[in-house]
Amino acid sequence: MDYFFQQLINGLVLGSIYGLIAIGYTMVYGIVGMINFAHGDIFMIGGFIALITFLILVSIGMTMVPVILLLVLLVAMAVTALYGWTVERIAYRPLRQSFRLAPMLSAIGMSFVLSNFAQVSQGARVKPVPPIITGGYTLHDSGNFAVQLSNVQIVVVVTTIVLLAAFTYIVSRTRFGRDMRACEQDQTMAALLGVDVDRTISMTFVIGAALAAVAGMMYLLYYGLVDFFMGFIAGIKAFTAAVLGGIGSLPGAMLGGLAIGLIETFWSAYFSVEYKDVAAFSILIIVLIFMPTGLLGRPEVEKV
Amino acid sequence: MTTPAPILAIDGLTMRFGGILAINELSFTAQRRQITALIGPNGAGKTTVFNCITGFYRPSGGTMTLVHDDGATFRLDRLHDFRICKYAKVARTFQNIRLFPGMTALENLMVAQHNTLMRASGFSLLGLFGAPSFRAAERQAIDLAREWLQRIGLLDRADDAAGNLPYGDQRRLEIARAMCAQPALLCLDEPAAGLNANESAALSDLLLSIRDDIGTSILLIEHDMSVVMEISDHIVVLDHGVKIADGAPRAVRDNPKVVAAYLGADEEDAAAVMEGGA
Repeated sequence: MDYFFQQLINGLVLGSIYGLIAIGYTMVYGIVGMINFAHGDIFMIGGFIALITFLILVSIGMTMVPVILLLVLLVAMAVTALYGWTVERIAYRPLRQSFRLAPMLSAIGMSFVLSNFAQVSQGARVKPVPPIITGGYTLHDSGNFAVQLSNVQIVVVVTTIVLLAAFTYIVSRTRFGRDMRACEQDQTMAALLGVDVDRTISMTFVIGAALAAVAGMMYLLYYGLVDFFMGFIAGIKAFTAAVLGGIGSLPGAMLGGLAIGLIETFWSAYFSVEYKDVAAFSILIIVLIFMPTGLLGRPEVEKV
Repeated sequence: MTTPAPILAIDGLTMRFGGILAINELSFTAQRRQITALIGPNGAGKTTVFNCITGFYRPSGGTMTLVHDDGATFRLDRLHDFRICKYAKVARTFQNIRLFPGMTALENLMVAQHNTLMRASGFSLLGLFGAPSFRAAERQAIDLAREWLQRIGLLDRADDAAGNLPYGDQRRLEIARAMCAQPALLCLDEPAAGLNANESAALSDLLLSIRDDIGTSILLIEHDMSVVMEISDHIVVLDHGVKIADGAPRAVRDNPKVVAAYLGADEEDAAAVMEGGA
């Protein structure tokens, strides 16, 4: 039982990270109907920016961990958001009137550009960092197995919850959120009511990238390493999470992220680590056979 | 006192799709604070005119000039996309309903007030930090939205998804949404389509109150002649992209060319029919 709880904690933490990335996929899909394949690499860029900012802050002699973390978070969000904005501006917007597959191909291209850029500028080797947040709590010790909740895990989960709350507030209660949902449903009509659709789409990419940056930073804190290739697998997993939850649905993305995180963790814990990806994707396939629109997706509405 | 310039002056408007001439040298004016109806048989090019006015199509030729009450002048043929609503203040509805179905009735009306709120929110920055000026603007926007819901009798359904409202309510909500954008010119594309007699009458009242109480100029495409004849101040008749009549409702109704266009007969036959009927 203790072992089970430990895996539950691990799974939720991993799921939080996936969920944060998945929101970026689902938001972009909702508003422009494309899969932003470069999003995983935006997450990787976020991880690198967090690492670089951290090293700079430490090298100028900062020692207060909470202040460092907050600064790293803000800088990573801001810089990665700029990346997200730029990618949309140069690779997607010019293709918006083009045929449907064009922006998707462009996205795959951007994915290579970003990962190669990181490889060339930062080197191909895995970059480790010493654990920044240490310590933790032992929740229960039965003698032969102790359930641990580390401080890193708490930070990851709490940050995710706070950001999700803020994000939900923005989408459901603010002018920008209304504009975004309006563009999602009918871009032409939104434009006729004076909404600048291009600007709204740009902002969607910015927010998605900022959340991916948070995920990148959490990944760095949790696993203590980043490399130029990590965006690929994490991106595919988060995309899977978005599809599992019902692509286009924001709570679905988070739920899908948690589901994928839990499935992976439990499979690794009870069966085999090598086949954890197989398990995650198998569950995806099974869910999609019975619920083609995902867990929380709305059925496709025929547009007349 | 000089007569005020017409709100909209269309001059020599031509729209060509490949080899098809959808609108040919169309000129007419819509007067300020009046309801101008644009009628004609199916395929006459009425909606194409609307699409040119609201920037969907770039006209092949001609000019469209909109003059605000304060004298500000806009060349609609040179504005595009959201700028037509933002600067020239033209709002429109469509033949088929295009509400945001997944948003509530109130939210639909709030989106239409985007520009006001955008300015008040200091382009998101003040809004993000909840500045008092923005909060006040948001409250005003909600008040305006509720006022319109009241006017169209949907106040009790403010928080229902727009897509779940009955058809007639959706039609009126769409007009209210266009009005929440506080337009100088309201373009309505067949607002009475699919409405029953009672709903049509209510629609007529709504449009008259928009003209008289709010003072918005209206350009209307409509097939329901009872509505058109009852509320229009001025009627422009199109057939095959050409204007065939232009005048007060009575004069237009008695024009043999108009009757001929609607009946698909030639002018003499139409005149004979009218003689017989009179």
